[in-house]
Amino acid sequence: MTTKSLRHNKIDLALHTLRQGSGRALLLLHGLGEASPTEPPTWAANWPGSVVALDFTGHGRSTIPPGGGYTAEILLADADVALAQLGAATLVGRGLGAYVALMLAGARPQQVRGAVLCDGPGLAGGAIGPTSQSFVTLAPSPHPPDPYALFEMSRDLRPPDYATLFVRMAVESSGLDEPIAVAAVVRPPWLAAVVDELGVTTCSVADALAVYMQATA
Amino acid sequence: MRVRPRLPRRRTLGAMLPGEYPGAVAPLRQYQIDVGGLGIALHEWGDEAGQPLFLVHGGFDFSRTYEVFAPKLAAAGWRVVAWDQRGHGDSDHAPLYGWDADIRDAMAVMDVVTQRPAPVIGHSKGGSLMIQLADAQPYRFSHLVNLDGLPSKRRVPDVAEHERTRMVAGEISGWLDHRRRSAGLTRYPGTIEELARRRGRMNPRLSFEWLCHLVTVGAREGPEGWRWKIDASMRFGGFGPWRPEWTVTRLPGLGMPFLGVLASELEEMGWGTLPQHLDSFLPEGGRLELLDGVGHFVHIEQPDLVASMVLDFLGSV
Repeated sequence: MTTKSLRHNKIDLALHTLRQGSGRALLLLHGLGEASPTEPPTWAANWPGSVVALDFTGHGRSTIPPGGGYTAEILLADADVALAQLGAATLVGRGLGAYVALMLAGARPQQVRGAVLCDGPGLAGGAIGPTSQSFVTLAPSPHPPDPYALFEMSRDLRPPDYATLFVRMAVESSGLDEPIAVAAVVRPPWLAAVVDELGVTTCSVADALAVYMQATA
Repeated sequence: MRVRPRLPRRRTLGAMLPGEYPGAVAPLRQYQIDVGGLGIALHEWGDEAGQPLFLVHGGFDFSRTYEVFAPKLAAAGWRVVAWDQRGHGDSDHAPLYGWDADIRDAMAVMDVVTQRPAPVIGHSKGGSLMIQLADAQPYRFSHLVNLDGLPSKRRVPDVAEHERTRMVAGEISGWLDHRRRSAGLTRYPGTIEELARRRGRMNPRLSFEWLCHLVTVGAREGPEGWRWKIDASMRFGGFGPWRPEWTVTRLPGLGMPFLGVLASELEEMGWGTLPQHLDSFLPEGGRLELLDGVGHFVHIEQPDLVASMVLDFLGSV
């Protein structure tokens, strides 16, 4: 495994190459509180391109910032910085990484050639609308994951219509018939709404990758 | 709800040095506190032994925009405490910015100043932030004043759904492009007048003299000229799951005395919220004032009027 450092504003992001290959990269996005794997997952065995994995801000070997301030949109920008490095990629996201993968597929429909959404930590996120809230100050930790990442990204709002907006953006501009594949068994409200959208398929990770492998740029 | 009459605009008279502004008083005390590793700058006017009153600025603003308004409250006996939100004014530039983080920073400031309930006055985004904190931690608030910071449903042109999707897509990809470039970004340098003119695009109703004054307290002078202090990675606008109109759903439940002040003149930085948007959301006993002919920066356009409204609302110290 080799690791490259990418700068996202004041954060150094760790982008790991788990296996070199030729052709489009497979970009793995981990779940909340996790870090990138050190080996390619077994379902990626047939992927011809490089298999790479990003540590989100506050996770793995990426910077832990002071004072929190995490949002799904900032993690989307983390993933977009990795995408800028790769040029184009197919995405596989776990949990929180699945939500970010969906957002990136909608935000960069021409560079993302399919996004596979899998179960994992942080899949559900927070409520779908305003709730009673508590605000607490957490002690900083020198070791990942950042406690603020765990706290803030376990309660970020995920209205279903916000999630489906990204599906529609992907469908509108990706040129793929089904740019989103849902492999997750658990379907929180945002993901249940995603599954109901046109252009979304449900299947295993391996089956989705077999299709996305053929997708043209 | 009462509507205030249209008032004459303030005039600036006489020749002044660049940045000088009549009635502007620099804070008597300025210091930083450490909030989880970030320096947050506090600015105070008035007697240190006075009862604290908090002023909360809006997005892309900073505490010293209160340099005319705050002294009027301090003159009535209040210890007026304002702070620069992370990335703004003299506070540290943070790696991350977020609504919850701003609220936690506010809690840290309040904890340093007092353990007792205090009046809080928030403008624009600062007003919205304080509604959320007042809902979550009402024990911190004796009174809540909101200066044109009551968001209503975002004004979106009446377009077809697929067009709307494209508009949002453009907004998001533009923001991501900015994030890709954000490492090492700095604000453009210029003269005091050039920065004032730039700011004037966001604050078209404020006088050029005032904007020049803002440059001298909200920007730093270096070898290449003046640069705004605000973090260049921050960008006006943005997107996310929060719907602006959700903020006012927290209003009806507030238990502390509430005064809302709305501006009738629509501006880019304002919400354009009118009293009819808030009819059913005012808390019991809450008051709403509409300032006719006044823009989003009500306390800058009409400092005397707004200060007197606030002091009247708070009663004597």
